[in-house]
Amino acid sequence: MVETSIKNYNINFGPQHPAAHGVLRMVLEMDGEVVERVDPHVGLLHRGTEKLIENKPYIQSVPFFDRLDYASPQNQEHAFVLGIEKLLDIKPPLRGQYIRVLYAEIGRILNHIMNITSYAIDVGAMTPMLWGFEEREHLMEFCERASGARMHMAYFRPGGVAFDITPKLCEDIMTWAERFPNYIDDMETLLTGNRIFKQRTVDIGIVSPQQALDWGFTGPNLRACGFAWDLRKAQPYDCYDKIDFDIPVSKMGDCYDRYLIRVAEMRESTKIIKQCLEQMPKGPVKLSDNKITPPARDTMKQNMESLIHHFKLFSEGFHVPAGETYTAVEAPKGEFAVYLISDGTNKPYRCKIRPPGYVHLQAMEMMSKGHMLADVVANIGSIDIVFGEIDR
Amino acid sequence: MSFISRSIRSVFLVELLSGMALTLRYMFRPSITLNYPYEKGYLSPRFRGEHALRRYPDGEERCIACKLCEAVCPAQAITIESEQRHDGTRRTTRYDIDMLKCIYCGFCQEACPVDAIVEGPNFEYSTETREELMYNKSKLLANGERWETELAARISADAPYR
Repeated sequence: MVETSIKNYNINFGPQHPAAHGVLRMVLEMDGEVVERVDPHVGLLHRGTEKLIENKPYIQSVPFFDRLDYASPQNQEHAFVLGIEKLLDIKPPLRGQYIRVLYAEIGRILNHIMNITSYAIDVGAMTPMLWGFEEREHLMEFCERASGARMHMAYFRPGGVAFDITPKLCEDIMTWAERFPNYIDDMETLLTGNRIFKQRTVDIGIVSPQQALDWGFTGPNLRACGFAWDLRKAQPYDCYDKIDFDIPVSKMGDCYDRYLIRVAEMRESTKIIKQCLEQMPKGPVKLSDNKITPPARDTMKQNMESLIHHFKLFSEGFHVPAGETYTAVEAPKGEFAVYLISDGTNKPYRCKIRPPGYVHLQAMEMMSKGHMLADVVANIGSIDIVFGEIDR
Repeated sequence: MSFISRSIRSVFLVELLSGMALTLRYMFRPSITLNYPYEKGYLSPRFRGEHALRRYPDGEERCIACKLCEAVCPAQAITIESEQRHDGTRRTTRYDIDMLKCIYCGFCQEACPVDAIVEGPNFEYSTETREELMYNKSKLLANGERWETELAARISADAPYR
């Protein structure tokens, strides 16, 4: 028998693979079942969001941010409005800040439920997703009751939020937050100790602390490598400095640790939601400066001055003083940032979006090299990518 | 000791069996699914669904063709043409919404100074062709007439927060 050498072969993973979490196309060079090279191809969901934003008054761009990372729309809006507020040098009233933090944390839980449970499906556990979507349904109902839309809220505005939330809604969120840890416990009963889940995740895709820094990891992926870095603590925005919460940190940096970090973060988010509801003061939810926020509808209908403001605001928008800002928030996936350059007009001169998923995706080769094909699926799931924000 | 307990747990599949026991317990819980066409989920007065153009109680169109909704629409889904009517008031001759472009952000109803264009509670308007979703003025006014009771109730319920 003559010894023959077999050539490596390439396979296409995606863009229609259900485990690719969207439209990820990866060209994998395989040596048998072992991955030699990973080449992610992005751009299949490119919509030109950044350029669209540059051609619109600031307020009209808020809905575009919902559609970047559609698993946690609130957090992206948060980054954009914080950027505008920094340029305008304004700060929303306290109640507005608390409502924004409340919904940002609801967005974080929405995202983590979606990620953990779909990750569980990728590695073979179906039940957590069936249960998780019940909780997501409750949360999306809360979003709908505040803004009118279940997913794409368009609720955060420069200078506060669009409308106040009702006392009944606060009560319902509180009852939900009391009960939600039960779901996390149930989900952990199914996953955390489960030997099949652990076989698929423990020691898969290990990222060392140095590698994590080199590849620009942020968010839960970085915290799984042993860094207690969280923008909510490191540079608190809105009212995060008034809220008491912990940063979960893990050491191994493998897929299992990233899962554990997300579970722990959901518990922390529940704590933040409860504190927000307890501490939330009464008062206005947006600035009363009608150059930036629209006047109340009844004053707009009775008062000429308010009507003029209303017309100016919804047609021309507001002018932002020239300047630039890099504003980052701790989105559920990592550091989501907006780099805004204003030239003094009512439209941004440049709006660069820094999506965490894009940065994490480039580490796919580093994480998957030498692993089996099935582990690539585990890696994709554990770094939590959504193509809305990667392709923009 | 921990080694022994760990080995026992591992041999007797403790974590798998406790997981299965949990799913079994869930099986006997009351079902939370909705029998959709007959049962529907909760909708708040703020829900942003299908658009409608409203009329005043005397039958006059509310829309005064100020074109604020057209200006504020981020998706540029609204097209308005207007002219002066024989009684001297300005009204639209064309009010089209491309429901396929619309992103349901609700800016049009926020911008409307006379509560004419609103996003109603209806979310069941799927069609078989794309053309049917290019709404024109008569379709929008028909929507307004069909949903007026609910629209008025929603607007008054949410008025203190707007």
